[in-house]
Amino acid sequence: MSTPLIDLQHIFKSFDGEMVLDDLNLTVPENSFVTLLGPSGCGKTTTLRIIGGFEKPDKGSVIFDGNDITLLPPNKRQLNTVFQKYALFPHMSISENIAFGLTIRGKSRDYIDDKIKYALKLVNLQGFENRDVNSLSGGQQQRIAIARAIVNEPRLLLLDEPLGALDLKLRQDMQYELIRLKNQLGITFIYVTHDQEEALTMSDTIVVMNQGYIQQMGTPEQIYNEPANAFVADFIGDSNIIGATMLHDELVEIFGAQFPCVDKGFGTNKPVDVVIRPEDVELVKPEDGTLKGHVTHIIFKGVHYEMEVTTENGYEWLVHSTKCFDMGQEVGIHVDPYNIQIMNKPASEDEEAIVNV
Amino acid sequence: MSDRKLLSFPYIIWMIGFTIIPLALIFVFGLTDRSGAFTFENVAAIARADHAKALGLSLALSSISTLICLLLAFPLSMILRGKKLGSASFVVFIFILPMWMNFLLRTLAWQTLLEKNGVINGFLTALHLKNIAIINTPGAIVLGMVYNFLPFMILPIYNTMSKIDDSIIEAARDLGANFGQTLLRIWLPLSVPGIVSGITMVFVPALTTFVISNILGGSKILLIGNVIEEEFTKASNWNLGSGLSIVMMIFILISMSVIAKYDKNGEGAAF
Repeated sequence: MSTPLIDLQHIFKSFDGEMVLDDLNLTVPENSFVTLLGPSGCGKTTTLRIIGGFEKPDKGSVIFDGNDITLLPPNKRQLNTVFQKYALFPHMSISENIAFGLTIRGKSRDYIDDKIKYALKLVNLQGFENRDVNSLSGGQQQRIAIARAIVNEPRLLLLDEPLGALDLKLRQDMQYELIRLKNQLGITFIYVTHDQEEALTMSDTIVVMNQGYIQQMGTPEQIYNEPANAFVADFIGDSNIIGATMLHDELVEIFGAQFPCVDKGFGTNKPVDVVIRPEDVELVKPEDGTLKGHVTHIIFKGVHYEMEVTTENGYEWLVHSTKCFDMGQEVGIHVDPYNIQIMNKPASEDEEAIVNV
Repeated sequence: MSDRKLLSFPYIIWMIGFTIIPLALIFVFGLTDRSGAFTFENVAAIARADHAKALGLSLALSSISTLICLLLAFPLSMILRGKKLGSASFVVFIFILPMWMNFLLRTLAWQTLLEKNGVINGFLTALHLKNIAIINTPGAIVLGMVYNFLPFMILPIYNTMSKIDDSIIEAARDLGANFGQTLLRIWLPLSVPGIVSGITMVFVPALTTFVISNILGGSKILLIGNVIEEEFTKASNWNLGSGLSIVMMIFILISMSVIAKYDKNGEGAAF
């Protein structure tokens, strides 16, 4: 990782007195695929719009490849945006849409024609040059919007929930296509989404945001397997988040039963949160389990069964298993030590940013 | 006949009574002489020097007024569109407010303001400034036209612009367009339906008005509307008045069809 392409330094932003971004710091290395992930209102779109130049931060600076661009208008920035609602120009043909940025820059007709052909090929819409924008499906419109952005050879492409309006199958196809495009073009992508699966599939780095703070930043594996706090664990996939006591290093007490784990350094007899993914909960014979419970709910999900196992204290464990158990059957719960993720309890609701790179 | 078609009857009767029959009468009067014999003279009378001059002046003044309305309304609509809904509707309300007062009263008020010894000149005299002599000039008529018809330009343009999605404007900026380029390539073409509507709704009444020219132009400046009015009221020559009306209708139809060419989608068409 050399010099960062984007460096956000101490960004503050509020709308009508409501704080949206609170001292946000973020660096994005060149040629990476960074996803800003979070629920609506977490500040991810505002962050993107500040990078794009559509919003000015109240405080802080935006550094692009070493230059301060905080006050630069969008048309002077070496980056392009793909909008959620496509934002194609309705009064122009497809080739006019794609050529827009190039004609503004006064490129020659031949150059523009070549570029249009190249871009349409890249997004798999060869021969669409003279079609009417309004005759396209949502997925096709979004591909044109991507083509319109990349013909300008930006160093950075901002994507604001570009697949949000598409149906599931199309969204999955487009995810693979975006990864392919990213690798083919070798430019940096900053992607905004609230869809955790999309984030896990596509990104090199995921930035989980909530209430204007970065909760955790890391690779998809880190975010999924080692969530920094209960918010991240809960937002990324299903999980069992349980209040527990860290007895000492590598031993945690959950509902009165002692589970060996691999985490250290939390102190002795300290209250903590424990995250256990549903696929990591193993159901065994009652006498072999660390905890005992009864199966209280079963749904067949195709790949696996989703079950609820209620332990004596009334907690319902979410369990994913390919083996089916009977309703009401008594089972034992076992969790391998490395599948138990220990987290400090948050001090408050909107806890300070915890960065874990 | 379905029940729903029956519902159109009141309107059809209205149309027949107040549009079709009067229009037919104008054609009957316009194409006959006092004895009732067919003639083309009343229509051809537009070629007479005084009639042609009045028509030319009408076309010139209404075109200038339409252009001024457009130049005022376009940037205003852009500003209004950028405002939040509450404050935008308040400004629109302010612009529509004059329409709540009687058209004649508003125009007479301008007469009082502009007169040789009127309010404005009284004020200027008190300040020892040079008096203005705008009353009874084409300038006063243009002022009256712009004042009275401006809301009809603002509303359709604002309406069309408020349908433009923010992200389209942002996309243009994002792709490198500066303000001027965004104006020419995005704002203007996307506002065409509203502009066409606005031009229609300002140009047609401005072309045919005789009240504004009567009040603010004195009796010195005759527009085609005044000529026709006088044929009906003073000269009692309904045939000539109708003949000239037909000519004016033809001019309106021609200008509208030229304008309509720019409105490909027909979204903003007012006719």
